[in-house]
Amino acid sequence: MKRNTNTPKAGFKLALHCSVAALMSVAALSAQAATGLSDNKVKIGVLADMSGTYGDLCGRHCVDAVNMAVEDFGGSVLGKPIEVVSADDQNKPDLGSAKAREWIESEGVDAINGLVASSVVGAVAQVANVNEKPILISGAGSNTFTTKTCSPFNAHWTYDVVALARGTVKPLMDSGKKKWFFITADYAFGHALEGVATGIIESNGGTVVGSARAPLGTTDYSSFVLQAMSSGADVVALANAGKDFVNSLKGAAEFGLNQQATMVGLLVFASDTKAIDADIIGDMRLTTGFYWDRDDASRAWAKRFVDRTGAIPTMAHAGAYSSTLHYLKAIKATGTDDGKAVMAQMKAEKPDDMFARNAALRADGRMVYDMYQVRVKKGSERSNPNDLYEIEHVIPGDQAFGAMKPECNFK
Amino acid sequence: MTTQIQMNAVTQPRQRGLTLILILGLISVGLLAPLVVYPVFLMKFLCFALFACAFNLMLGFVGMLSFGHAAFLATGGYITGYAMTHFGLTPELGVLVGTLASAILGFVFGKLSVKREGIYFAMVTLALAQLVFFFYLQADFTGGENGMQGIPRGELFGLIDLNDNLNMYYFVLAVFLLGFFVVYRTVHSPFGQVLKAIRENEPRAVSLGYSVGNYKLLAFVISAALAGMAGSTKALVFELESLTDAHWHMSGEVVLMTLLGGMGTLFGPVVGAAIVIAISTLFSGGELGNYIHIIMGAIFVMCVLSFRRGVVGEFQRVMARNFSASRVGK
Repeated sequence: MKRNTNTPKAGFKLALHCSVAALMSVAALSAQAATGLSDNKVKIGVLADMSGTYGDLCGRHCVDAVNMAVEDFGGSVLGKPIEVVSADDQNKPDLGSAKAREWIESEGVDAINGLVASSVVGAVAQVANVNEKPILISGAGSNTFTTKTCSPFNAHWTYDVVALARGTVKPLMDSGKKKWFFITADYAFGHALEGVATGIIESNGGTVVGSARAPLGTTDYSSFVLQAMSSGADVVALANAGKDFVNSLKGAAEFGLNQQATMVGLLVFASDTKAIDADIIGDMRLTTGFYWDRDDASRAWAKRFVDRTGAIPTMAHAGAYSSTLHYLKAIKATGTDDGKAVMAQMKAEKPDDMFARNAALRADGRMVYDMYQVRVKKGSERSNPNDLYEIEHVIPGDQAFGAMKPECNFK
Repeated sequence: MTTQIQMNAVTQPRQRGLTLILILGLISVGLLAPLVVYPVFLMKFLCFALFACAFNLMLGFVGMLSFGHAAFLATGGYITGYAMTHFGLTPELGVLVGTLASAILGFVFGKLSVKREGIYFAMVTLALAQLVFFFYLQADFTGGENGMQGIPRGELFGLIDLNDNLNMYYFVLAVFLLGFFVVYRTVHSPFGQVLKAIRENEPRAVSLGYSVGNYKLLAFVISAALAGMAGSTKALVFELESLTDAHWHMSGEVVLMTLLGGMGTLFGPVVGAAIVIAISTLFSGGELGNYIHIIMGAIFVMCVLSFRRGVVGEFQRVMARNFSASRVGK
């Protein structure tokens, strides 16, 4: 063995040891927790599908809606600025969760809004829950976020599959249509919606004669429509959303399925209704959490939204605005952006704005408020391109949404 | 041919020395990097760098373009994810299981495909990878479109908590270095020499008595196993495994990384992965987000038109030109 105290190798080894030691000490330092307003600002991330299947129902106009809420709040809270950042998740859980992780861990994002595809939200929720950051779910439908995977940091704002199925399925069952067929988006949201709707159908004496699972982002629905036609169902329910809903309904109309059976959309956003010919979608009954032409407050807000974006506001847009406003109010009231404290305050104070009526954020994170059963106007009834719905019923929140699970009571 | 051999004889020890210094330098950079750069970004980069190195073993050193490597990345991820979630394995065992599963799949793929050449080999591997993709899409345990969510990172050897990003980073760095070392050893071994011989002139390798098929198969299995190792590690980093990894886009992306960096070079895939990951991360948030694929495509076209050897390949050529030793060889 030769002595090697002065060789480059030994020097390198020494450097290595030193750097590892340095790393360890830095790691120890960075483990300290922050209190009060972190980074001297409040940062809200808006994560959504910006240009794909769900681009129109939330997308970049959800960023506008969140910005509107920030501006209406005054642009600052507790004397500190409010910042909004956004990203496109392309409806891919891996992209969404990576972005959420980056935002929370390295960019000081305090809450995440938008959140459309349930598959993405599931992945994002895991990251956010561990880091104790609130997520304001404005676009996603699966009810798992307040049941199976409930967390003190989930605020499920706009709607969920239970409210949709209850609002839309029940009246059709009562009118004597008992045989159902589903065309379902093949991922978390579609499965959940079909599952809940099936439960309601079967408990009311109806049957589900079949279901076809179409991948998210399908453009050609002919094979699924043909399956539905040969099933002999009274009702063909579309358990999908966004462009999927538009394409599947148009496909059904091309084959004349809408003459043979009642077509019903279980999740329809105003942007989708507007994208479909009034002859096809006219007279459809559906459930929504927001319609712009409901009262003066909603009309005033919608006018500002349309002036800003040129698009018709959907319930996801309105929900993103409403949840952001309520979140900021909670920060102001508690004097901190600490996730736990803010969520507790959001649940203690009732949201009240142009979107949320008779509303409360329940202890399980479900925002319970009045939903609406609407009828789509026919072409001849419409006075302008955005004149889409006639509100037939107001569904009180406690009837619209499912009961709270005891294990999800985070008070 | 004789000049070629002479050149190798003169430059190789020197090149190896340089490579070794470079590797040691890069390791120290790797150790210090998380102080400056967000660790999860670095981990993503390392996983893809390993994936590209594995792929480069086939394309760069055997000369076979596999268009199905996404299947191995995803298999590693899903199997590790399943094992970690359901059997509560420690992460090092989880990665091992994923790697083994990919190696076995690689053996099956290889058996079916290595006898074909060129475009046929690429098409057979693509077809097999698509089979695997649709299996993962339909199988219950993968969660389909939702992805396999909530994979625990676990505790390394039951001692070190990997939920801490820095700990996780050093684990990933160790895995990457292990994988890189395997590639390095494979390339600089008699076995690697035979692989290169097959790449340069297959009929001659056959005539010299090498059973080319077995060599190719073994190289394919090593490459698949390393790709699986990258996938396993990636699944742990993101606590998620999704269909993106199994999609044929991923097989294309790794080709892009390898060609950009320089195929047939040791560091090429690493540099290529760095470029691709950096670009997609830089643009993902901003206005240009929708144009990532166009930007990538433009870069790829530029690469093919103006620096066909890739970044590292061109760099080596410039270096070689300025070394007198190699000039003697020429």
